[in-house]
Amino acid sequence: MTSPLEQKKIKIAGPSIVTANRTWDGIVVYRTAAKGWSADLSEAAIVRNSDEAKALLAESTADDVGAVGAYIAPVQVGEDGKILPGNLREQIRRTGVTIGSQAQV
Amino acid sequence: MPLVKGGKIVEDSFVKLDVDAPLPAAGDILVPGDRFLKDADALLARPGKVGVIWPNNRDIDALVPYLGKLAAVALVFPTFRDGRAYSQSRLLRERHDYRGELRATGQVLRDQFVFMLRAGFDSFEVKKQADAEAFTQTVKRYSVFYQPTGDGRITALHRRMQLRHSEGVGT
Amino acid sequence: MYAYDEIDRTLVNERVSEFRDQVKRRLSGELTEDEFKILRLQNGVYLQLHAYMFRVAIPYGTLSSEQLRRLAHIARRYDRGYGHFTTRQNIQFNWIKLAELPDALADLAEVGIHAMQTSGNNMRNVTSDQWAGVAPGEIEDPRIWSELLRQHTTLHPEFSFLPRKFKIAITASDHDRAAIKIHDIGLRLVKNEKGETGFEVLVGGGLGRTPFIAKTIKHFVHGRDILSYVEAILRVYNQYGRRDNIYKARIKILVHELGIEKFSREVEEEWQHIRNSSLQIDDGVIEDIRSRFSYPAYEKLPHMPDELRQAAADSDFEAWRKNSVFPHKVQGYSIVTISLKPTGGPPGDATAEQMDALADLAEKYSFGEIRVGHEQNLALPHVAKRDLPALWKALDKLGLATPNVNLITDIIACPGLDYCSLANARSIPIAQELTRRFANHELANLIGRLHINISGCINACGHHHVGHIGILGVEKNGEEVYQITIGGRADENAALGSLIGPGVKFDEVADVIEDVVEAYLALRERPEELFIDTVKRLGVEPFKERVYATR
Repeated sequence: MTSPLEQKKIKIAGPSIVTANRTWDGIVVYRTAAKGWSADLSEAAIVRNSDEAKALLAESTADDVGAVGAYIAPVQVGEDGKILPGNLREQIRRTGVTIGSQAQV
Repeated sequence: MPLVKGGKIVEDSFVKLDVDAPLPAAGDILVPGDRFLKDADALLARPGKVGVIWPNNRDIDALVPYLGKLAAVALVFPTFRDGRAYSQSRLLRERHDYRGELRATGQVLRDQFVFMLRAGFDSFEVKKQADAEAFTQTVKRYSVFYQPTGDGRITALHRRMQLRHSEGVGT
Repeated sequence: MYAYDEIDRTLVNERVSEFRDQVKRRLSGELTEDEFKILRLQNGVYLQLHAYMFRVAIPYGTLSSEQLRRLAHIARRYDRGYGHFTTRQNIQFNWIKLAELPDALADLAEVGIHAMQTSGNNMRNVTSDQWAGVAPGEIEDPRIWSELLRQHTTLHPEFSFLPRKFKIAITASDHDRAAIKIHDIGLRLVKNEKGETGFEVLVGGGLGRTPFIAKTIKHFVHGRDILSYVEAILRVYNQYGRRDNIYKARIKILVHELGIEKFSREVEEEWQHIRNSSLQIDDGVIEDIRSRFSYPAYEKLPHMPDELRQAAADSDFEAWRKNSVFPHKVQGYSIVTISLKPTGGPPGDATAEQMDALADLAEKYSFGEIRVGHEQNLALPHVAKRDLPALWKALDKLGLATPNVNLITDIIACPGLDYCSLANARSIPIAQELTRRFANHELANLIGRLHINISGCINACGHHHVGHIGILGVEKNGEEVYQITIGGRADENAALGSLIGPGVKFDEVADVIEDVVEAYLALRERPEELFIDTVKRLGVEPFKERVYATR
């Protein structure tokens, strides 16, 4: 997975969201349409073109007391509207490490 | 941008001149290194103090012949992550015995004050007002230093040796 | 053990209170993340995939029982009940909250542990041989010098904002367990013809995108001059190291671009200016540091105690003893390596319970001392041989007696895409699968010494370049792909591995490694010929042919 830290140009290929880590405790959060952050991917604001993505990222980055390291990540949106992570990295961020029980206490 | 000198926020007596800005008839000036080297004698001859802004990617050797006549050297931190000017300042103070004002400019934040003082800086163009106001408090943060530098603070190694010695005398 | 005095404790406490203030300013918004990032990195705090990660220094790999218990406490109180030992004598906690970090640091400071400079572009934790002070044949204890350098590099006013990170390692044995040749500065402790202590100084080693084996810059630097010589290297690097490209900013690139001759001339010139300064160390200073290292009061014990003779009948014990117990410089004692590589487990992880129990065992059997090695294992450095059977039973109960030290399942792995925000691919699950494939210790012993190193990206935290077998995870079209190298090594004969063929998918890695091992078993001249020696003798081709013939 290309690290989003190397994300330079903003160009999205499909539905995307903005994700980051909450500043005070570091947990994974997603930018919501209400200009807040949620730990629940289903509440993430979906963007579908580069301009929308750029705007959402700019707004998210500006709130760096709320969350840090904001970047755009792909998602899949099912027919029922369910949002799923669009790559392995985001899958791991959402559901946790893939290495068995010890780390999932 | 507040200037901190002698531990206090002070008025900056120097006017910074660009490469091609007209030379004021009098008053203290800070000029870029290139401009200074091109015209050093004339600049030093005019009334008013002269200081040089020296970039962090150029050896200070070219500046050395003039150190005795300079009132200030301003070194540059383009970002606070770029630490080249710490080496330049120690060389100016410790190797070339420069005694004039040594000013830190650029992205100068409170978290670097102690390092800068130890490296020989004695004036600071501080980026944020709050940091400038916190100067005195911030520099008191550390009382233990492991490395010897030109600031003369006693190092941990030597303090231990002194303690050991005084204990020895006492017994 | 080195005991902090009031001076060391004061400094650590001052750093904790500074960091507390920095965190406070960050949470209030007074500091932006851009400003804070460097400040938190200077104190070992990263932002990873799921949370902040907190890296704590274990200078030269030495811990007391009290300190290990405190690490267990951090894992339990502030994290999720475990910690991860790294390849540079650090421990990482993966789930720490920024708001609680100052308290965690204060807890650690009480037992003389800190996280200063465990990340950031400064001088990192000074590492050394985990057998320092106990290895037979060692010239002298390198930790005295490591501690001198630890102090000198801590909060250095000139070198805290270097072009890039800077790592120093020290060894004092013929066999290099500290991997000094892959460090920015490697120091090999030697004696000159007058019997005086000094160092062969190596410079410019490192892995990552552009790996280099370090080169000798000076064959002998007298001990009294070591601080000034290191300072000279750093001053040259700080001024001339590249800052325009993060991948070209390490000192290895400067050494490579200038050439070692020109680089060493620059250093020599700088050194002549400063060698007779207050950086010169007199014997008193060294003696003072030495005096604060305590050494066990060893007993006079027999070479072969009855307890050991009797336990030899137990084949499980014998398998462990032959694998994990090493000679000690004092008769009747052993060094015991504690494998943190159980079958199916993440390499280098230990739970809070294991750490607590190990702290107790160290108190009972190892004069309260534990060591941490770059292979992500622990060691008890002073175990009386008569205690080995009892220690083994206790370790076995804790899941800490896997007899696989230096064998194929003793894998070094970085955290990879399961934790790390830089990773391109997972490392830990690959290691776990390999430990399952080679779980049979007889098979592993038949294969013999074989180091597998796994990194989940080109930054090479898993040292894949210097694994006998190296596995590098990359990303290709959204999928994890692994490149496999053979022939690397990290010891005194350090070498970089060579690629054996095209990258393979996640699910195929373990199969390919099995094929590499099978090829080795077929190609080796005799059972004693180690994997690394067969590769050296035959080169990559015969392995490539066998492994890729059917792929």
